[in-house]
Amino acid sequence: MEPILQVKDLNVSFRVRGGEVKAVRGVNFEVGKGETVAIVGESGSGKSVTAQTIMRLIPSPPSEIKKGEVIFQGQDLLKKTNKQMEAIRGKDIGMIFQDPMTSLNPTIKIGKQITEVLVKHQRMSFSEAKKQAIEMLKLVGIKNAEERFDQYPHEFSGGMRQRAMIAIALACKPTLLIADEPTTALDVTIQAQIMDVMKEMQQRLGTSIILITHDLGVVAGMCDRVIVMYAGEVVETGTKWEIFKNPQHPYTKGLLRSMPRLDQKKDEPLIPIIGTPPDLIKPPVGCPFCARCDEAMKICERIDPGATEFSDTHMARCWNLHPMAKEAQSS
Amino acid sequence: MATEQGMPHPAAQQLTPEDFRKIGPDEKQSEVIQRESLSSWRDSWERLRKNKLAMTGLVVMILIVIMAIIGPMISNYDYETNDLMNTNAPPSAEHWFGTDDLGRDVFVRTWMGARISLTVGLAAAAIDLMIGVIYGGIMGYFGGRVDEFMNKFAEILYSIPYLLVTILLLVVFEPSLGTIILALTITGWINMSWIVRGEIMQLKNREFVLASRSMGASAPRLLFRHLIPNAMGPIIVTLTLSVPSAIFSEAFLSFLGLGVQAPVASWGSMINDALSGWMYYPWRMLFPALFISLTMLAFNIFGDGLRDALDPKLKK
Amino acid sequence: MKDNHLIEVKGLKKYFNVGGGNVLKAVDNLNFYIREGETLGMVGESGCGKSTAGRTILRLYEPTAGSVNFNGTDIYKLSPKKMKAMRRDMQMIFQDPYASLNPRFTVSDIIGEALDIHGMAGSRAERKKRIEELLDMVGLNSDHATRYPHEFSGGQRQRIGIARALAVNPKFIICDEPISALDVSIQAQVVNLLKDLQNRLGLTYLFIAHDLSMVKHISDRVAVMYLGKMVELADSEELYANPIHPYTKTLLSAIPIPDPEIEANKTRLKMENDMQGPISAAKGEDGTVQLDVDDTELVEVSKGHWVAKAYA
Repeated sequence: MEPILQVKDLNVSFRVRGGEVKAVRGVNFEVGKGETVAIVGESGSGKSVTAQTIMRLIPSPPSEIKKGEVIFQGQDLLKKTNKQMEAIRGKDIGMIFQDPMTSLNPTIKIGKQITEVLVKHQRMSFSEAKKQAIEMLKLVGIKNAEERFDQYPHEFSGGMRQRAMIAIALACKPTLLIADEPTTALDVTIQAQIMDVMKEMQQRLGTSIILITHDLGVVAGMCDRVIVMYAGEVVETGTKWEIFKNPQHPYTKGLLRSMPRLDQKKDEPLIPIIGTPPDLIKPPVGCPFCARCDEAMKICERIDPGATEFSDTHMARCWNLHPMAKEAQSS
Repeated sequence: MATEQGMPHPAAQQLTPEDFRKIGPDEKQSEVIQRESLSSWRDSWERLRKNKLAMTGLVVMILIVIMAIIGPMISNYDYETNDLMNTNAPPSAEHWFGTDDLGRDVFVRTWMGARISLTVGLAAAAIDLMIGVIYGGIMGYFGGRVDEFMNKFAEILYSIPYLLVTILLLVVFEPSLGTIILALTITGWINMSWIVRGEIMQLKNREFVLASRSMGASAPRLLFRHLIPNAMGPIIVTLTLSVPSAIFSEAFLSFLGLGVQAPVASWGSMINDALSGWMYYPWRMLFPALFISLTMLAFNIFGDGLRDALDPKLKK
Repeated sequence: MKDNHLIEVKGLKKYFNVGGGNVLKAVDNLNFYIREGETLGMVGESGCGKSTAGRTILRLYEPTAGSVNFNGTDIYKLSPKKMKAMRRDMQMIFQDPYASLNPRFTVSDIIGEALDIHGMAGSRAERKKRIEELLDMVGLNSDHATRYPHEFSGGQRQRIGIARALAVNPKFIICDEPISALDVSIQAQVVNLLKDLQNRLGLTYLFIAHDLSMVKHISDRVAVMYLGKMVELADSEELYANPIHPYTKTLLSAIPIPDPEIEANKTRLKMENDMQGPISAAKGEDGTVQLDVDDTELVEVSKGHWVAKAYA
């Protein structure tokens, strides 16, 4: 599969009082055509910062892109001017945010917000754009699309707004869609519907999706590949089968263990990951997960582990995967 | 699909089996807080200190206050003695800011005026604060009928032109410092009470207030321990901005001749006195006007900086 | 778990006047009990009235009608003075660990407040000792006492909130979505802590949440709320195995399971024409089928399994 997006050694920091928070620390990954890739991690893991950096939506200051490349269709997005980025945003890369109410303009009718994008990027006439916009609204499952076209965001419910956001983001049939926690603010029944809409739209348009989420359930239902981030680093990547059925990094294993499952007996206690993620104002020298890891070894405190590859798609960064770890434990 | 995933593990020969001894998790380590402890007040102060403009305002404010205290003492003249041999003298080594039409030293009179102006400004602001916070706090906390009634009363008071009230008061009572302060505060607190009311209404449904209620906290405790301290930011900002407006009002009233009576000086009355001859003796007007402007500017930019420091959300 | 009913809620109603003569029936005729030492889960989507129910049961809101008996005493009939004393027995843990702690208080002020209100603090040293004991109980250490809430992570803040609730030795705690704002890796910590405290201190919980897998894990029985009404109530195992009400069924089938195999083979139950969450259902959007919820009476279909009469 030919990659449409490659993120190479991305480093992003934030200036705060008392220092610099190193939010993203050497992130590498790629997204293939038509693929859905999930970036999973907890708050502060750097997953949203990574996504916003790809879109160049991250405010600077306080943030600063220290190093790295974001190659999209052969060009480094980090070298683009703001003007050039404007032409890419919404046309080649669409984005959906967590809160549809704050990302839709409350004073502009839904229909106008879609046609604006089409007129700007596709140079359509208004009547063409309107036809296309109504088509998009129907596609994302909004009934009475003609009527809805002339309504304002506050007349839509949360789920409907998120559908409208998807319609706007996909209006120009972008090659890549970045969805930043698109269902976190929604109820489970609505979340299920939105996920179905996204899957269906992807099949129709062949869009690649980067889905940023903390919900492993959503990942299992929706994605092809998974990138697990912790403390600004990618700690494991693999297909969803590899991640869910054969996790290698202790953090991934811990996450899966700490979630209650519907088939679990009631008195089985959950196995939590103890402690709290590190403060990235002073990132640990060694493995960032070391202080919370039940498999930690002496070396983990000292040196950040490198990558161990299990297959073309499966990689994890942990000292326990080093050949010497097995030797030391068997002796 | 092979992806570049950072550096592979370092070569084995650098490592010893000892490196791979299990140590297990270190829970206490992961609960350690890295950053130094700062209360939100100290945090705001740090932000304020970095704001050069606001700090300039603060320094100017302090200098004016110091001069108001010591200014009249470091001169050999006093503010009321006439020297008819030496009227309307331009600034010189003898009279630093010159003299007025009765030969009184403008330097001393300017700082005596500063005392009056600052006293009026600070006293009016302090009274606004007390009445406004209590009145607004009660409106915001109790809401409903109480709020409706108290708010109507404030609105009615607010709708009477304040100049009318002031002039009436100053005509009925003898014009004095006390009367001026009374006149300025009779409607001045309303703005503060509205600010407080709005803040309290927002805060009272926050979960930490509910938490305190669920523990059985009384109304005064909720108001004075939880609600008002958390509304302190906007209150302080309103306060710093109401000082210059009171100073200006006093100057304006004195300029109209309704303020302090001669021989006592205030910046407003000095400008009024200087009006007749300002083409020939501009220094008589220049100094009080300059210090009114400086004071108001200093308070305003300091208040502005304070707002940014106390509520960083407003900043871009 | 004992057999006596620590909490009995009867005919509880809380209506809000939303202006224009419209009344929002946030909580409509709730009837249930909680046994001493039991955890009752309450699930439903945003706007279904579950948080309002919790706050009304603690008398943070005055009810429109109904009664809440705590150990046989109707708390709505208590004088303010007696109600204040009663608050020592009933506490609450809040959803948002950022909004529920006063940002101007230190941790020891926050935890010590209830001690001060009820005059339980004793001397300065005793107060300090009790606060340290409470911090220790929730897995924090005593040098955290002088710090401010904004210095803590979400999970740590939630533990401070738990310590605050425990300060007065309550018997009953309402947990109002205590984990929904937390990261996955932290949720299990907090849930385990709550379970552990329940075992040690014999606490009774009303656990309000929208995460059905977590509710099933922690609760003995689960109540499902929809549009201000309770539509189904059963033992947690029973409810998940044999859901009866169509809303319960939809809710259960919508939970994403962190297992690609199950997700791949799952057929998601859709109510005719997409059932909507409570708020959009109330708006009647998208050809939503309005469920018959006017009937607030529950009938027992099998032992301990209650469901709205229309669907029994």
